[in-house]
Amino acid sequence: METRFLELKNISKSFGRVSALDQVNFFIKGESEIVALIGDNGAGKSTLIKIISGVYTPDSGEIHIRGEKVDRWSVTQARAAGIETVYQDRALVLQQTIARNIFMGRERTGVLGFVKGRLQLAEADRLMRTIGFTSRVFAADSVVAKLSGGERQGVAIARALYFQADLMILDEPTTALSLTESEKVCDFIRRAKEGGTSCIFISHNIYHAYDVAERFVVLDRGKVVLETDRQHTTAEQLVKDMQEIARCNQEGSA
Amino acid sequence: MAVLDKKPKSLDLSEEFRRPGRGITDFLDKNRRALSALLVFVILMLFFLIANPKVFLGTGIYEAVFTSLPIRIVLVLPLVFVIVSGEIDLSFVSNMTLSLWAFAATAKAGWNPFLSALLAVSVGGFVGLVNGLLVTRVGLPSLMTTLGMSFLLQGLAIGGARGPGTTGIPLTFLEGTPFYNIFVGRIGNLPAQMVWALVFLVVATLLFNYHKFGSHVCCVGDNLESSREMGIHTARVKTLAFVYMGMAAGIAGVLYGLIYGVFFARFKPGDLMLAVLASAFIGGTPTWGGVGTMIGALFGACTVRFIQTGIIEAGLTGFWTQFFNGLIVLLALAAHKLHEPRYRY
Repeated sequence: METRFLELKNISKSFGRVSALDQVNFFIKGESEIVALIGDNGAGKSTLIKIISGVYTPDSGEIHIRGEKVDRWSVTQARAAGIETVYQDRALVLQQTIARNIFMGRERTGVLGFVKGRLQLAEADRLMRTIGFTSRVFAADSVVAKLSGGERQGVAIARALYFQADLMILDEPTTALSLTESEKVCDFIRRAKEGGTSCIFISHNIYHAYDVAERFVVLDRGKVVLETDRQHTTAEQLVKDMQEIARCNQEGSA
Repeated sequence: MAVLDKKPKSLDLSEEFRRPGRGITDFLDKNRRALSALLVFVILMLFFLIANPKVFLGTGIYEAVFTSLPIRIVLVLPLVFVIVSGEIDLSFVSNMTLSLWAFAATAKAGWNPFLSALLAVSVGGFVGLVNGLLVTRVGLPSLMTTLGMSFLLQGLAIGGARGPGTTGIPLTFLEGTPFYNIFVGRIGNLPAQMVWALVFLVVATLLFNYHKFGSHVCCVGDNLESSREMGIHTARVKTLAFVYMGMAAGIAGVLYGLIYGVFFARFKPGDLMLAVLASAFIGGTPTWGGVGTMIGALFGACTVRFIQTGIIEAGLTGFWTQFFNGLIVLLALAAHKLHEPRYRY
């Protein structure tokens, strides 16, 4: 078996008496892939990604990175291991240029802390082209506030790529975006994957998820209830499965 | 493990993305705030030229203006840093008074004036540090913190300087010394302090536009949370902006003492503070943080300074100065508002 990039084994996490995750297994392959993490509100999606990105420590279970078990998993360690989280519209500074956004906090500097502006601009230009950014109106020195929601998401994705993320966690990247804008974001993600970066795509919207992901993991009330891939299902089938899960829940609680 | 040692494959790059601009429209777009500040200044000067060509084509009025304008330039540039970082400083004029006291008292006691000036800048910088720590570490709002600090420093200068029979310290004994000539002497008809102010402008512009510090100041004022998430030390950046403001207040204090030849504790700070604040905003720096301009602030300082002399020279009585002062401030701000770039929020 090939070595997996990330493997979570029997992860459990509870907050007080509420069990958020119960014996969850999850993995990301060694070669780049796009995995959709689907589930209703409160299914445990955010808890799971916060464990992966090191924000939460699991109560029990093991985390393996590149086949090796890690202890004391933290945000810093996750970043060092090449895991970047991309939040929708957050972590951008809107009145600044695309280039400044990509390099903020990690500027390329030369003598006496002066910024290598031309280098940053050229790098930002290259990165935006790498993710397939097509805009005849805007350039790497354009202000981010002028970009559309999808394009801004592109800036955040380009930034994650610059720091050579092996795994990019996208938290609801298409929420509140129009159809064409979502399509743009999906394209960026596909390009990132071609470039060798895996993605965890979190979404409520099965159609968006189906469009871009190769593997689907459905969470429900802290448990993985369904794992399937593109070869074995269709978007319609996934919707049906989700409805079935929801129906069982209602009957269960009734 | 071979499969894991993946280097990003080289992808074909999108050719459609526009190249960063070098054209005239890009230049206009990037410098729109500074340019509209320049426009306001040019229109004002044209108005004055038409109203009183004799005075405004002569050199006398410029000599007068360039004598005191440098103090404002030295104050307004760091103030723009503080405003762009999302804060405000109302204590800089009181800080100036306190620093000047430190300078005057030690110089009169026989210190080398260079050393006294260094002390003044340190005092100013220390006050800035306290402001910065109160705002970033204690979490007080800068508007109220620096207002309180302003009263405190003013009180300290008045109370502390009231030694036996001294309400002021004359500094005229420095006239003609090398120290005096270097900083406020004359280069032909030009006051030396104007040259120093322009040097200060170059340094501030380099810091703001090309240095990591300027970049961080913009990011922090634009979105504090985003900056923190991306690893910018937000508290340190803001504190440094306050320290920079404080040190500049120290420099301005020394210049003031040399130009007017006296330290006076009961110096009324209100007018100068409002003039410098107005300069920053007329200079094209908006109130909300994240963006600003150094060269614009220079034009703003010139505009405000020339209004005050110009209105009288243009033939209006002194009683109306204040009114037109206010009117021009409001018109300038409205002009900037109309000239704002369109953003999508």
